[in-house]
Amino acid sequence: MSAREALLAAAAQRILITDGAFGTEIQRCKLGEADYAGDLGLARDQKGNNDILALTRPSVPEAIHRAYFEAGADIAETNTFSANRISQADYGAEHLVREINLASARLARRVADEFTRRDGRPRFVAGAIGPTNKTLSLSPDVNDPGFREIDWDTLVDVYHQQAAALVEGGADFILIETVFDTLNAKAGIMAVKRLEAELAGEVPIMLSMTLTDLSGRNLSGHTVEAFWHAVRHARPVTIGLNCSFGATQLRPHVKVLSEIADTLIMVYPNAGLPNELGEYDEMPDTTAALVGEWAEHGQVNILGGCCGSTPAHIAAMASAVAGLAPRRLPKLAPVTRLAGLEPFVMGG
Amino acid sequence: MTQTRSTGARFVNVGERTNVTGSAAFKKLVLAGDYARAVEVARQQVENGAQVIDVNMDEGLLDAVHAMTTFLKLIAAEPDIARVPVMIDSSKWEVIEAGLKCVSGKPIVNSISMKEGEAAFLDHARLCMDYGAAVVVMAFDEAGQADSRARKLEICRRAYALLTGIGFPPEDIIFDPNIFAVATGIEEHDRYALDFIEAAAEIRASCPHVHISGGLSNLSFSFRGNETVRRAMHSVFLYHAIPAGMDMAIVNAGQLDIYDAIDPALREACEDVILNRPVDGGESATERLIALAESYKGKDAATEKAEEEWRTRDVTARLEHALVKGIDGFIVEDTEEARAAIAARGGRPIEVIEGPLMAGMNTVGDLFGSGRMFLPQVVKSARVMKKAVAHLIPFIEAGKDAGARSKGRIVMATVKGDVHDIGKNIVGVVLQCNGYEVIDLGVMVPWSKILDTAKAEDVDIIGLSGLITPSLDEMVTVAEEMQRAGFAIPLLIGGATTSKVHTALRIDPAYDGPVVHVLDASRAVGVASQLLSDTQRDGFVHATAQDYAHVRAVRAGKGQSELLTLAEARDNGFTPDFRDKAPPPEAPGLHVFADWDLADLVRCIDWTPFFRAWELAGTWPAILSDEVVGESATALFEDAQAMLARIVGEKWFTARGVVGLWPCARHGDDVVVNLEEERHVRFPFLRQQVRKSRAKNGEGRANYCLADFIDPAGDWIGGFAVGIHGIEPHLERFRADHDDYSDILLKALADRFAEAFAERLHQHVRTTLWAYAPGEQLTNEALIREQYRGIRPAPGYPACPDHSLKPLLFDLLDAGTNAGLTLTESQAMLPTAAVSGFYFGHPQSEYFGVARIGRDQLADYAARRGIDVGMAERWLRPNLD
Repeated sequence: MSAREALLAAAAQRILITDGAFGTEIQRCKLGEADYAGDLGLARDQKGNNDILALTRPSVPEAIHRAYFEAGADIAETNTFSANRISQADYGAEHLVREINLASARLARRVADEFTRRDGRPRFVAGAIGPTNKTLSLSPDVNDPGFREIDWDTLVDVYHQQAAALVEGGADFILIETVFDTLNAKAGIMAVKRLEAELAGEVPIMLSMTLTDLSGRNLSGHTVEAFWHAVRHARPVTIGLNCSFGATQLRPHVKVLSEIADTLIMVYPNAGLPNELGEYDEMPDTTAALVGEWAEHGQVNILGGCCGSTPAHIAAMASAVAGLAPRRLPKLAPVTRLAGLEPFVMGG
Repeated sequence: MTQTRSTGARFVNVGERTNVTGSAAFKKLVLAGDYARAVEVARQQVENGAQVIDVNMDEGLLDAVHAMTTFLKLIAAEPDIARVPVMIDSSKWEVIEAGLKCVSGKPIVNSISMKEGEAAFLDHARLCMDYGAAVVVMAFDEAGQADSRARKLEICRRAYALLTGIGFPPEDIIFDPNIFAVATGIEEHDRYALDFIEAAAEIRASCPHVHISGGLSNLSFSFRGNETVRRAMHSVFLYHAIPAGMDMAIVNAGQLDIYDAIDPALREACEDVILNRPVDGGESATERLIALAESYKGKDAATEKAEEEWRTRDVTARLEHALVKGIDGFIVEDTEEARAAIAARGGRPIEVIEGPLMAGMNTVGDLFGSGRMFLPQVVKSARVMKKAVAHLIPFIEAGKDAGARSKGRIVMATVKGDVHDIGKNIVGVVLQCNGYEVIDLGVMVPWSKILDTAKAEDVDIIGLSGLITPSLDEMVTVAEEMQRAGFAIPLLIGGATTSKVHTALRIDPAYDGPVVHVLDASRAVGVASQLLSDTQRDGFVHATAQDYAHVRAVRAGKGQSELLTLAEARDNGFTPDFRDKAPPPEAPGLHVFADWDLADLVRCIDWTPFFRAWELAGTWPAILSDEVVGESATALFEDAQAMLARIVGEKWFTARGVVGLWPCARHGDDVVVNLEEERHVRFPFLRQQVRKSRAKNGEGRANYCLADFIDPAGDWIGGFAVGIHGIEPHLERFRADHDDYSDILLKALADRFAEAFAERLHQHVRTTLWAYAPGEQLTNEALIREQYRGIRPAPGYPACPDHSLKPLLFDLLDAGTNAGLTLTESQAMLPTAAVSGFYFGHPQSEYFGVARIGRDQLADYAARRGIDVGMAERWLRPNLD
């Protein structure tokens, strides 16, 4: 059974659980510069470069994966959100991109397989690809709206390098997440398509959009439905939302997406909105009750957490949705779905 | 389960102006590197209704890759433009691919074809799939472009099989089976249009889910320079191609004619050419269209000639012509010529008015009276008359000439608390055209001023006007005061909410003098002339009084439908399925729109009520070709378009509005809006009390109340207020210019803008702010027919007849600060062109009329509203009779 088929089979049985935050979990470990830097001999400070821990302190991400699986997760997302050439250049570590992704994917794979062996339940590894801090759709210079800091071909190469290493390390899926710029995501899809051609096999894609305003648009201005139209050609195995706000604010958008997408819906919101100190203080039961509502309405297939969520949040979610029926996939009419910033449908 | 969220478009207009091969103006801008203005071209297209914009930079002097990517990146920064999908149009794949790397939504590639063989075709198709784009496939293969029906079909079927064979989604295939020029004089070209239409039908039948597109401008290539014929050909072509399956066209959407509005002779000639029909007589369809086209080319010249001809007639004939045709261009010089001629033979200046001008106006009056002329023309004639009179007045005054004897003197006013005067102005103009002297006191006129003026000016008739229901009570007050002051002159009643029944029941009994309800402006002259005629007056007054007495008798007898008690009516209330209620808004709270784009509103204008304001009966757009009023309506519409262009272009108006979306709950027949900090505002609503008949299936209809649409367990409600500001200086200008026609036209257009703004804002609320219908994509026609989910009832209208809810709503919206709106004591909104109301989002919510209510509900309502019963009675009087 392919990874796509295995995930669909499991998701047909019950609502699946993906993991929670890595960044905030790592912060709680109070690591110092030496922990991050290890003996790589890099010229720049590495503190805050969470992804490099796969090489310098692999026990930290491994313990977090383990904690989430123990809390009931079915899917581990690799700790590689910033493990791309653009983001690693800030740490002078761009030459280590392949190693970081390879090591992260192997580590997650190992822990996942260990849990599967324990109880026979399939565990999956999603190779996480962040958006980078450059955008293809927007100009950073307000006086020159036609300017771009990066071009399509460069970004496709950057994503391709990361995706190839993740798949080589054992990732089942490539998760293009926290999509604030739809065109960046399309470049990510192109990178995976190229990888598929090279491997002569399928690399299933997961896509997760992040909203930057309450009206339900991402930074490049796309509505949830327009985003779906723009990326549907990826035949993603999951589509969904992550980060953004808390579950309360995501509610209407989850509903929309669940009605229009003919694939699995995966949502992993933040643990509420940050308080005045920038901390997430929504309690696990609160988050679980909120996402549990989506599950009760048959709007989701996979749930998890983003910023501020902890293994306790994941455990609370898992128990909140246990026994609830998973969302059934709608069958879409064959009409033409185009998009600008807003969706446009022809025919039907 | 099949579901799609957005309603699909049936026919897609692709904007063609951002195409260097089709638009010389756009090409010039891009060649000059003036991208800022090139971007504006794209914006205008979207504003004008293009649903997709075609971008083409294929020009020998351009670096097409650079131009394409530069332009696409620039429009990506403009949300007004980027909201619609892009069509990346080039004959070079490298330009297309460069474009695909810049477009963030899901675009259309235009085009790919089998011109260079299957391998290149499939290679490009695979890339389109990887980039996420739909494609236009040209009917072109290794052997060339398909011209015949058979070739079009053969190539498209082959392409379809190849594309679906590599997994290309069939719904993302748009075939362009090539539109070629017809009427070229070459016989082989005669079937080109028909071949396209027939092939379209066959392609749609044999290739499921595909679309058919085409560029229209090729079709009429033979008639370059003759826009009338080209537009007619395009419209006729689409009229036949769309039912055959064409569902997309690259076209200048603003320049399509309405099929029914095309001159029938031209339409038929176009039809013969496009459908390649045999033609009687010796010439071919093409020859006939070419011959006919000549006359359209020359049409402007012919009209000019006719225009010149009337200038050669004598001055009396010229004055009459100017008055009947409403031409004011020469009126001052002609009036002066007539005056000088009369002065030369020792006559007085007043004779110009009494002679040729009144003769001309009499002709106008006769034509209007016999239904051969319509209000807009009459008002235009009045404008000419006023200008002529204005020219003569200094001469008349210099000669201390006694004023001309008018047929009668009438004082007219819109009553206190009301600001609406379009109808009153029209009546005034019509009366003036027929020789009456009209003293117009304007709007919001207290009864004391009306009576004082009537006395001081020794008038023969008082005319009252009003639009909103509280004005009905004010008219009763005027009648009572006339009675008290001992008046005996006739009182005329007019305006949208007035009626014969109300006049008979409430106003007539209050005043012993004659009271007459005037249904519309066309009746005003007849009523006035009978009332002031020595021979007809008594008979008319007596007949009217009897008529009204009869109305009262019928009303008193019975004839009224049975009322339920309030408790029974509540038991028979409506219970929607609250599982379907609208979700909480995406953007709750207040949203202020300080300056909505006027051009955007123009698209949303519902024209039917505009024509109704001018007493032209018919539905837009059929009214333009109506046998009776078509010509008049068309002329009025052209004037309206010209004024609209200035309103938008010179920004005469500012459209200000505010929307609020609040949590609420139903409490009985009230909706309680919950604001922050424990602030609650209660909106009491009225319930239908008339007993409902049972439907055939035995199921009774409910007694509706707006509160029924709100979930007692918690729900959301909206409120809005919009106003069109800035009209005053322009009205001043028109008044100074004695231009009643433009004055009325501008007010009528301002009203249309207010209504269009309300409609557009409601759409914005449905799709974006509340967003319970985010995917809604309705045509303007569908918007006007209100084919959307949810309603926006307004206080003072049938579902919510109490005007006095407006202050509560205005407070919540802070409509004064946020939209610049104020209320008169009768709750009329200022500026006059304004709309306010509530939003209900439940799919089962619908409009209804409260109609008559009982005393029990009146008392209950007064208590809920927190006012005494007497006050409630005043506000709800129309619902108590």
